Amino acid sequence: MEKTEERWSSRLGVILAVAGSAVGLGNFLRFPGLAAQYGSGAFMIAYFSSLLVLGIPICWAEWTLGRYGGQRGFHSSPGIFYVLIRHPVGKYIGVLGVIIPVIVYTYYVYIEAWVLAYSCYFLTGRLNLGNEVATYIDFWTRFVGANADRAAFSASNNQAIIFLIIVFALNFLFIYRGLVKGIEFFCKYAMPALVLLAIIVLVRVLTLGTPDPAKPEQNVLNGLGSMWNPEIVVVQEAKEIPGKPPIWEDREVLVDAKSIEAKKIEIATKPGCRLHTKTVSEQLRNPMVWLAAAGQIFFSLGVGFGIIITYASYLRNKDDVVLSGLTATSANEFCEVAQGGLITVPAAFIFLGAAGIVGQGTFGLGFKVLPLVFSKMPLPWLFGWMFFFLLFLAAITSSLSMLQPGIAFLEEGLGIGRKQSVALLGLITAIGCAFVVYFSKDLKALDTMDFWVGTVFLFMMATIIIIYFGWIMGIERGWEEAHRGAELRIPGIFKFVMKYVSPLYLIVIFGLFLLFNVFGWNPATGEFKPTTYVTDLVGPNASRVARFTLVLIAIFVVFFGILAAIAGKRWDKASKGRALSSPATTPPQTTSS
Amino acid sequence: MTTVGWIIMLLSVGGVTVLFVWCLYRVLACTPDVGKLHGIDDIETPDTKEE
Repeated sequence: MEKTEERWSSRLGVILAVAGSAVGLGNFLRFPGLAAQYGSGAFMIAYFSSLLVLGIPICWAEWTLGRYGGQRGFHSSPGIFYVLIRHPVGKYIGVLGVIIPVIVYTYYVYIEAWVLAYSCYFLTGRLNLGNEVATYIDFWTRFVGANADRAAFSASNNQAIIFLIIVFALNFLFIYRGLVKGIEFFCKYAMPALVLLAIIVLVRVLTLGTPDPAKPEQNVLNGLGSMWNPEIVVVQEAKEIPGKPPIWEDREVLVDAKSIEAKKIEIATKPGCRLHTKTVSEQLRNPMVWLAAAGQIFFSLGVGFGIIITYASYLRNKDDVVLSGLTATSANEFCEVAQGGLITVPAAFIFLGAAGIVGQGTFGLGFKVLPLVFSKMPLPWLFGWMFFFLLFLAAITSSLSMLQPGIAFLEEGLGIGRKQSVALLGLITAIGCAFVVYFSKDLKALDTMDFWVGTVFLFMMATIIIIYFGWIMGIERGWEEAHRGAELRIPGIFKFVMKYVSPLYLIVIFGLFLLFNVFGWNPATGEFKPTTYVTDLVGPNASRVARFTLVLIAIFVVFFGILAAIAGKRWDKASKGRALSSPATTPPQTTSS
Repeated sequence: MTTVGWIIMLLSVGGVTVLFVWCLYRVLACTPDVGKLHGIDDIETPDTKEE
């Protein structure tokens, strides 16, 4: 038996690793789409408000609790909560911080394989599919197997699986090399490379001018306007309710003068339709704007994932957490707002006009629209490769971070070495990943996992963290703990924010999320129409795959719950005669790999 | 691109860029940790770890 104790080798290393875990596909694909959809004026107000009262405070709390647990010999979320709560139930609460990253990894790595494949395809010219977006949609659908279950496994269409095996192996190679030689080493090179590639692509997009003289309105300035202009024009349709004035429901968002003019003529002959300009103040009264902005901040920063708490546990007692946490957060914001906000939507608008950005989700923008956009640029192979390779770097630094909480838990919970824990986690995640790839029709398994684990569980974990910090540990003690070794004082107002505002804001946002995205509440009519996430599970239109997925999630929960029980017994035994609250606690012994 | 659009873009992009550069400056220039020589203050003993 040999004691294994890992530590970060440098401060910049941990900052880049945390920033790497946060910067992902959402920075370049999800954020710009949301800002354009809701009108940047209102969206950015809600976005920065959420950053100040939700993102940064929870981030500081998670860094602080992670370092606190690490000083007491624990590096996994169950171990850290075991020592924080000092009750057997603690390890079961903390196990959420392992389940979330492990399950999210099982589908995230598949998406990571797509972006690597697309970057390679641009280099080889395989993505030169012409000028029709339908061709790109068809290519992506067949490539990921969204046309039928098991389609990705067919002999004629197995490229996605090959790329999946490559990225899976890469992830486990780096995670096997350990915290310093694997994660820290990789992020030290990957993060600067990502920022550099993004700057090159950004310069290219901003110097495109007006690529098609026949369409002078599709230029860089209008492209930026489609992203940043605060007011949005929407096509609305009247919904008649007997005995009440009609309710105007949004049908389509228009972003440029030409499409507005065309739509004016079209709807002039359509009764019950109108064009409506939404002002900033009107948008701010829309709860969906606040929900979208808070959700973006929340998922983008990766708070509540169980990653920051694990990474911070490898800090030393007097290592700063305040400035480090803020730096990692600001790196994520820089990539999201200053790079993602200036590249994706303007590029799509310049080549495709409003049709390229309106109503596109993350996958629509990333894998259907942008490949066409880059193929229309001069030197498509170079800039297409650059863009998708930077997405790959963003994705792999995130997926690597999703493995470490699981590795740390298996090592310290079961007392096994790195080799064994890597092998075991590899097997677990391979099973989950095979499930996602097998049930690929309409990406139902992926979508169901993302909703219940990547969203609902995440809200739960973040709520637990901020409530623990502000109320159970106590804000005064938490404050003191955060400032141990800090190189920056947190403004005093954040005491109030972290104790009252952040938990309340989080609970309200979670409530709104359930109301809109689960129960399908329509505030205009007051009607409830359960969303597909509910109807997929119960009722006459239930989806077999969605139900299987929920069963798989339950199996993961039970499995890790059992491991937490085994780990708890081990920790109880190891802590007999010692006070767990003491930083001098010897970490549980692990066998050398 | 309207004037208000320009203002929102410059404030948003400028704000996060300034914050990021300032944080990086504080981390890299003010507290170099590469090749740092440890002094008496850096030695951690169990009594200094007690709450």
